[in-house]
Amino acid sequence: MTTAIEVRIPTILRPFTKDQKVVTANGETLSAVISDLDVQYPGIGERLLENGSLRRFINLYVNDEDVRFLGGLEAPVKNGDSITILPAVAGG
Amino acid sequence: MTLSISRAHVNAILEQSRREYPDEACGVILGPIGKDHPGRLKPMINAAHSPTFYEFDPKDLLALYREIDDNDEEIVVIYHSHTETEAFPSRTDISYAGEPGAHYVLVSTREEIAPATEFRSFRIIDGVVSEESVSISE
Repeated sequence: MTTAIEVRIPTILRPFTKDQKVVTANGETLSAVISDLDVQYPGIGERLLENGSLRRFINLYVNDEDVRFLGGLEAPVKNGDSITILPAVAGG
Repeated sequence: MTLSISRAHVNAILEQSRREYPDEACGVILGPIGKDHPGRLKPMINAAHSPTFYEFDPKDLLALYREIDDNDEEIVVIYHSHTETEAFPSRTDISYAGEPGAHYVLVSTREEIAPATEFRSFRIIDGVVSEESVSISE
């Protein structure tokens, strides 16, 4: 059975998703969802990952929980979960 | 491009920057989507508590985006203070800048120009910084 995960896309990444604010993807871990997103929207994966890790400029949440506390890329996701991607607001 | 902003907002940002010195102060001004009008000022906590770095706490960041979604608002201005350097985006500011539609406001409270301050506004898009004029309404 496939899973359907809702993914909320921030403004800065909407050029990849043809301006869609919310898209759906499949996968049983965050990593698998990102791979699926990159198949559907080529290039978006590279904006989220760097050398196989989450980029520090990007915050990811599964059902409003920061994925850093859920196992990072290995965070499990299931049908009906919602992932939110937000650019960090930070600087020097 | 010009940032049009009220004197009250400018003063509030400068006051917050002085109050939180020596840490960098930060926050946003929200407004209705598509109007480019800074309406509601929301100071944010600098989770880094640092004189050389600022960062919205990831929990606060999510709450902020939920709030603006619910209110049909957007982030019009993202501001922060520089405590020892001029009010110009640093390399770190540029690498983090993730809101191409926002005005990035920088203020400087550095000692060498005190009691004067600087208040400047920029667009930061794809790593390119463009300064814009600031029009302050009384």
